[in-house]
Amino acid sequence: MAKKSKGAAASGPAHRSVEMGVAIFIGLLALITIGGGLAVGIDWGAEGPKAGFFPFYVGLFILGSSLINLWHALRNNPSDKLFAEWIQLRQVMSVVIPTTIYVFLIPWIGIYVASLLLIALFMRWLGKYGWGYVAAVAAGTPLVIFVVFEKWFLVPLPKGPIEEFLGL
Amino acid sequence: MEELSNLFHGFAVVLQPFNIMVMVVGILLGVIIGVLPGLGGANGVAILLPLTFSMSPTSAIIMLSCIYWGALFGGAITSVLFNIPGEPWSVATTFDGYPMAQQGKAGEALTAAFTSSFVGALFAVIMITLVAPLVAKFALEFGPAEKFGVYFLAFCSFVGMSKEPPAKTVASMMIGFALGAVGLDQMTGQLRLTFGVTELLTGFDFLIAVIGLFGIGEILLTMEEGLSFKGRAAVINLRVVIQTWKELPRYWMTSLRSCLIGCWMGVTPAGATPASFMSYGIAKRMSKRGNNFGNGEIEGVVAPETAAHAAGTSALLPMLALGVPGSPTAAVLLGGLLIWGLQPGPMLFIEQKDFVWGLIASMYLGNVVGLIIVLTCVPLFAAILRIPFSIIAPIILVLCAIGAYSVHNSTFDVVMMMVFGVAGYLLKKCGYPLAPLVLAIVLGDKAEESFRQSLLASQGSLGIFWSNGLVGTIMALGLIALFWPLIQAGLSRLRSIAPA
Repeated sequence: MAKKSKGAAASGPAHRSVEMGVAIFIGLLALITIGGGLAVGIDWGAEGPKAGFFPFYVGLFILGSSLINLWHALRNNPSDKLFAEWIQLRQVMSVVIPTTIYVFLIPWIGIYVASLLLIALFMRWLGKYGWGYVAAVAAGTPLVIFVVFEKWFLVPLPKGPIEEFLGL
Repeated sequence: MEELSNLFHGFAVVLQPFNIMVMVVGILLGVIIGVLPGLGGANGVAILLPLTFSMSPTSAIIMLSCIYWGALFGGAITSVLFNIPGEPWSVATTFDGYPMAQQGKAGEALTAAFTSSFVGALFAVIMITLVAPLVAKFALEFGPAEKFGVYFLAFCSFVGMSKEPPAKTVASMMIGFALGAVGLDQMTGQLRLTFGVTELLTGFDFLIAVIGLFGIGEILLTMEEGLSFKGRAAVINLRVVIQTWKELPRYWMTSLRSCLIGCWMGVTPAGATPASFMSYGIAKRMSKRGNNFGNGEIEGVVAPETAAHAAGTSALLPMLALGVPGSPTAAVLLGGLLIWGLQPGPMLFIEQKDFVWGLIASMYLGNVVGLIIVLTCVPLFAAILRIPFSIIAPIILVLCAIGAYSVHNSTFDVVMMMVFGVAGYLLKKCGYPLAPLVLAIVLGDKAEESFRQSLLASQGSLGIFWSNGLVGTIMALGLIALFWPLIQAGLSRLRSIAPA
C-alpha cells in the first residue's frame, strides 16, 4: 500500500484522541436519544409500548457500546498511531470547507451558479489549470446537468436570482 | 413450473426496446460509477434514483439494478489496471490482478475477472429464480413476531460476521435505529426526537445518509490518501479472451466454492466485501499454487470476483422475498420500490408479478450485456480514470448535492448530506462499519413496528418470540449469529484439546 512513513518528521493528531472523541460524541447522541425517548413516554400506552419505548432502549444500547469503545480507546498507547498527518488533514479540509460553503450557498444562489463556483475553485486552486480550461469545464458541467435533469428527466433543481433573471 | 413461465413473461417485458436501452445506459453509467473514486454502487444508485421518478417501476428497477451490475464490474477495472479498488469488494482483486497487469497480462486478468463476475452473478440469479418464490410463499405466513425475528437475525449476523469490533458494529447500527426513529411515530402518530426542529418532522431519509456517508465520506478519504493514478495499459482482444476462457474451466472448483460463499454471505447481510476476502483466503489455502498467490495468480482473481458478484446479486434475494435488504445498495433499491409505490416483501410476488419477474429476467440479461460491454470498452473506462482528481472530485460533489436535493426537493437535506459526509469520514477512519447504520435507518421503523405489534399481542411478554417453533428457530439462529465469534473460538479450543 502507498502508506508514507516518514518516521519522526510526520506529525498529526493521535488516533487514540480522535477515537475517544468519536466515542464521546456518540455517547452524547445516546443521551439525546434517551432524553427524547423519555420525553414522549416509554411505558405502556393504549397502543402497546409508547412512542419513546424503542428510542429509549436504542439509546441505552448506543450508550453502552460507546462506553466500551471509549474504554478500548483509552487502553491504546497514545503514541501508537497517527490518525492522519497534518498535511493529509489539510487536504481533507480543502474539500470540506469549500463544499460546506457550497452547500450553504445553494438556497441563495441556486445549484447551478454554486456548482460553477465550486468546480472553478477546485480546478484553479488544487489543479492549477489555465483560466480558459477552468471556464469551459466549470460552465459546461452545470449546463449539461441542466439539460439532463431539467429537460430530459424533468427533475427541478434549486435556482437563484440569475436563473430568474434569464427566465429559466 | 409456474416460475418458468413467469420468468419467460419477465423476459418478454425486458426485451421491449425501451427497457433494453435503459439496461445498456444503466450498465454504462454503472461501470463509470464503479471506476470513479467516491462513487460506488450504493450512492451511485441513490444519486441516480431521481432520474427514474418519471419511468414505470419496471423500467426504473431495470435501470437501477443494471447500474449496480455495472458498478460491480467496474470495480475490477481499477483494481487490475491501477491497483486502486474502485469498490471495497474489489480490494481482494488487487492482490493478484495488479501483479498480473505488471507482468503485461492485464488483458488476461480483466477477462478472468469479468468472466468470474459473470459466473458468480449467474449462479446467484439462478438461485434467486429457484429460491425467492419459495421464500416469499413461506414468508406470507409470517406474523409480526416472525417478521421481527427476521430483522433480528439480519442485524445479529451483522454483529457476528463483521470483522470490526462488535461494540462498534452495535454502536453504528443503533445510531441508525435512532436516526430512523426521528420524526413521526408510525404507530401512535406522535412526534419524537425532533426537539422542535421543523425540518426533522419527516425524519432522516436514508438516501441522504447513503449519499453523505458513502459519497462525500469516500471523497474525503481519497483526498487524504492523495491519489496518483499510474495505470497499466490493457489490451483485450478476441485472442486474449478466448485463450483465457480456455484456461478458466480448470478452476471450476474454486469457482463453485466462491459462488457458494458469495451466495451465503449475500443472503445473510454480510455482504460482498467479506465474501471476496473469505473466498480469496480459502482459495489461497486450498490451491496447489497457494504459495504463489499475490504474485499474479489467475485463480486469485477468479476467487474474489466470483464471490463478490455472487454476494452482490444474492443480496437482492432477501430484499425481494422478505423486504430485508442484504446490502446498502439493495437497501437503496428497496427505497426506490417505496418511492415508486410498491410494498417490498412477499406480497410483491403475488401483486406485482411483472415487476418481480422483469427484474429477475433483467438480472440474467443485464449480466450478459454487462459482460459484453466491459470486455469491449475497457480502454474507454480506463481513460475516465485518467481525468485528474481536481476535476472529477468537484463534479462528483455536485452530483452528490443534486442527488441529495432531489430526494425531497429540500436544501436542508443537502446540508445533512454534508454532515453525514464528515461523520462518515470519521467513523470509517475509526473502524465503524457504515452498512449496518444505513440498513438500520431503512429497517428501523419496520423492525420497531413488528416488535411493538408482537408485544401488543402478547400483552408485553417477551415470550412471544419463543411462542412457536418457527419464530423460536429464527430467534435462535439470530442468537447463534450474534455470538458466532465466541462459538467459533470455543469450538477451536475444543478441537485443540481433543487430539491431546
